[in-house]
Amino acid sequence: MASTGSVAYSHAHVHHQFDDAEQQYSAAVLGMWAFLIQEIMFFGGLFLAYAIYRSTYPEAFAHASHHLDVTLGAFNTAVLIASSLTMALAVHAAQTGHRAQLVLFLFLTLALGSTFLGVKVVEYSHKWHEGLVPGLQWRVDAPDARQQLIFFSLYFAMTGMHALHMVVGAIGLIVLLLFSLQGKYSAEYNTPVEMFGLYWHFVDIVWIFLFPLLYLFAHH
Amino acid sequence: MASNFALFPERASTIAGEVDALYLFLVAVSGFFAVLIATLVVVFAVKYRRRSEDERPPAIHGSLALELAWTIIPFGLAMVMFFWGAKVYLALAVPPPNAMEVFVVGKQWMWKLQHLEGKREINELHVPVGQPIKLTMTSEDVIHSFYVPAFRIKQDAIPGRYTTAWFEASKTGTYHLFCAEYCGTEHAKMIGRIVVMEPAEYQAWLSAAATTAVAAVPATKPEDQQAAMVTAGAELFQKLGCVSCHRAQAGALGPTLANLFGHTVSLQDGSTVVADEDYIRESILNPQAKIVAGYQPIMPTFKGLVNEEQLMQLIAYIKSGKAGTETP
Amino acid sequence: MDSGEVRTNYLNAEYGLLSWLVTRDHKRIAILYLISVTIMFAIGGLFAAAVRLELLTPRGDLLAADTYNKMFSMHGIIMVFFFLLPAIPATLGNFLIPMMIGARDLAFPRINLLSWYLYVVGALFTLYAMVTGGVDTGWTFYTPFSTSASNTNVVPTAIGIFINGFSGILTGLNFIVTIHRMRAPGLTWFRLPLFVWAHYATSLIQVLGTPVLAITLVMVALERAFHFGIFDPNYGGDPLLFQHLFWFYSHPAVYIMILPAMGVISELVTCFSRKSIFGYSFVALSSVAIAVLGFLVWAHHMFVTGMSVYAAMIFSFISFGVAIPSAVKVFNWTATLYRGSVSYSAPMLYALGFIGLFTIGGLTGLFLATLGVDVHVTDTYFVVAHFHYVMVGGTIMAYLGGLHFWWPKITGRLYPEIWARISAAIVFLGFNLTFFPQFILGYLGMPRRYHVYPDEFQVLNVLSTAGSSILGVGYLLPFVYLAWSMRYGEQASPNPWGATGLEWETPSPPPTENFEKTPVVTRPAYAYDLEEVPVG
Repeated sequence: MASTGSVAYSHAHVHHQFDDAEQQYSAAVLGMWAFLIQEIMFFGGLFLAYAIYRSTYPEAFAHASHHLDVTLGAFNTAVLIASSLTMALAVHAAQTGHRAQLVLFLFLTLALGSTFLGVKVVEYSHKWHEGLVPGLQWRVDAPDARQQLIFFSLYFAMTGMHALHMVVGAIGLIVLLLFSLQGKYSAEYNTPVEMFGLYWHFVDIVWIFLFPLLYLFAHH
Repeated sequence: MASNFALFPERASTIAGEVDALYLFLVAVSGFFAVLIATLVVVFAVKYRRRSEDERPPAIHGSLALELAWTIIPFGLAMVMFFWGAKVYLALAVPPPNAMEVFVVGKQWMWKLQHLEGKREINELHVPVGQPIKLTMTSEDVIHSFYVPAFRIKQDAIPGRYTTAWFEASKTGTYHLFCAEYCGTEHAKMIGRIVVMEPAEYQAWLSAAATTAVAAVPATKPEDQQAAMVTAGAELFQKLGCVSCHRAQAGALGPTLANLFGHTVSLQDGSTVVADEDYIRESILNPQAKIVAGYQPIMPTFKGLVNEEQLMQLIAYIKSGKAGTETP
Repeated sequence: MDSGEVRTNYLNAEYGLLSWLVTRDHKRIAILYLISVTIMFAIGGLFAAAVRLELLTPRGDLLAADTYNKMFSMHGIIMVFFFLLPAIPATLGNFLIPMMIGARDLAFPRINLLSWYLYVVGALFTLYAMVTGGVDTGWTFYTPFSTSASNTNVVPTAIGIFINGFSGILTGLNFIVTIHRMRAPGLTWFRLPLFVWAHYATSLIQVLGTPVLAITLVMVALERAFHFGIFDPNYGGDPLLFQHLFWFYSHPAVYIMILPAMGVISELVTCFSRKSIFGYSFVALSSVAIAVLGFLVWAHHMFVTGMSVYAAMIFSFISFGVAIPSAVKVFNWTATLYRGSVSYSAPMLYALGFIGLFTIGGLTGLFLATLGVDVHVTDTYFVVAHFHYVMVGGTIMAYLGGLHFWWPKITGRLYPEIWARISAAIVFLGFNLTFFPQFILGYLGMPRRYHVYPDEFQVLNVLSTAGSSILGVGYLLPFVYLAWSMRYGEQASPNPWGATGLEWETPSPPPTENFEKTPVVTRPAYAYDLEEVPVG
């Protein structure tokens, strides 16, 4: 533990339970990584179920996968990768104390994230009209319809959970935007922006796995 | 059974003695350690009780030798338990080849049992003493568990797949059959009895059953009885139209099923599978799952058209090796 | 320290309900948890009483079958998720970890408060489900029963447990970060109290395991509410996949319940023998070993599902492996007593009771790890007895022992010692009378979750119900005299037991900031021989 007194940072943002900004920062980083590990386990349950059923019913999964729109999926993948870039730029702007840039890049990230969610809504409504929603709107007539239902159950569970994380991320971005407009973040204190960046990249990475597993699987 | 108190369960199968021996070994080892710990705790607590508030006993930080001893010795004992337990489990898992087959279907809240000879029972199973019995089971709805404490066997009956268990009753009598996996409202009443009979008595029971069930077949020989479930399967095989594709002749649309059971099948995707009960079941209910090499995926599903008991009859028929070789 | 005048402490720093509801002080949040888990324990206890009363006779004369099924389900759900899991970590852990490591608070006080609110919201969801019809799936939610057969409030209950899961995850995350980052100068890892080690191991399980339960319950809820097909055999789904996922969390969850209890026992045994723990590093690292190995044994709950014989052997083998660190702990506690100065104060009576009951609970676990015997005893009362010995005989004994031990620190008052000793004796006696007969019932073959049963099981069931009434009295007593002591108990000094540990170096009750000055640690834990203990 660093002893008090040897601190180079300002104490304005140090909460009472911490000795100094350095301790506060290292606690935040460890906390965020622990949270992300928790997230990996959370999605892990779904990925495990997917892996098991895909290896049990490879043909049915391939047939079902053909119903997904690769173009929209690929577009969304590009959108998310771009948003990771703008997020990284936002973190950089925060660390170098460029407030206008920070606001700009946070806004761009929010716009890209919203685009992703908008496309997702379009995709979901296609699925609804095509009768590909298990339980609610299910009109698949194929010999392996039952196994395709498992695929779509997992599709909606996985992309749904991912979309939920995107919505939470969008809310986080709005909060960060408001705070950075108020000038809360500076070169000295920008931990929330950096921590949120880790979350945002994590959510992107989940999609990077979901896209090939769900959309491209039938095309290899 | 009339009494309302007991301490040890009846022992009525060949495996029960082995399970009990292992159990008693575990009781002895755990009893020894429980008494050892309790004695040490009491002796230390009394002998070293606090006599004055000023006492400052010297620190004892530990002993590597002791730590190793009480890690290695329990581990060694645990390994004895492990190997012994695995040996008994293997014995429980693998039925002897001469076992007589009984099919079990669990549903909320009853056990439906069918002898290969065709006789059906509900919540009751009659078996001859000294004859290994193999149970093949599934469930129509939720998970159940077939539990006969006197035989020390328990096996979950799971919807969508087959599981097996076996036993050889060693003592005539009547024994509890319980459902051991919670299955809803009447879980506690999903109970029945296993009636273990002398072989002659069992034959008499069976033929009495046969005469009532299948009209007059005088003095049924065991071979004829064996055939009853197979015959039912053969009839289904005709009735459902299986035979139109699965014929034992060139140019048939489906692969022949004659002498299929237990053999390895090559599939479209290059992999192979052994034709067991689960494979046949899957092929009837979900024909697209595994396509035999050289055939088209054209078979429709029979899900909803055959119930669990009929599935077991079809499987019995295919296992007989004659499927598709006979003409109606 | 200064008697007479009123000193400012965390309890009287602020007044009013609102000051409690928005507090970020870990000690106040611990009190909020203490009240909430006590309420849930009482509710869970009432359900248990209904179950035991019904089982007095072999016929189902008291409750209808459906009612009985709801009673045992809600007993299990409330006790496991809303009492046993948070009981020690969220109350004693929350209160003590910052003090034991010389910190002013947990790393994330607001998240700590959020954890409590998540707990309350989860509990309210679950209670709502129970009031509006209950749930009858057992606490295990096995598919396809839970997804298609049950007619009860499965989805609201699952949502409640899901929300509560995040309460546990956030508490664990907070502990991990706090223990890593906020230890006082000089407090190295191997100087930490074993209570802290135990909570560190527990937190690892919370963070790694609970999310798997959460996503599994999401899948169950989707399948039940919208007829998704993930575990449904009608679509080719596998109901056993649910069991794998469920036990991947729920077996380690058993260690979430017992590891903190073990941490408490290490504190009690050392203090009341006035001795350093025997084999500190073995006790500390065995907690971590249990946490790690605990993730590799889940399928030992599934030996009769028809799994492959070889898989069963692997899971059996590792299950024996996880028994060893538990045994090491028991041996070390016993050895700590050797040549000590053993006091029979109430917390020590609870601790010694714990050692006895946990030993039986642990040893009977070996029966369940042994494949050939497990087939006969799994899903019978043998299992019921086993896990009650571990979780009730173990966790609750330690919880009560710890609550008595730190009561003077928490409230600034001493509890009436004589009543505390009587209640410890009653709990021990009542517990054994309740649960020991269930081992015999289990080997006889009485399946669990039976509302009616064959006659020959009756005498043992009557014994068990009789024991449970004694146990009930044993639990009621501390509730009464601890409440009494908050007003009428003798004032406590900062360190009434002469214990080591930083939490005893600050006044009772502690000030909001815990310490006036950050303490500097120069000694290993439990240096009772070095300490000039201020007595009285």
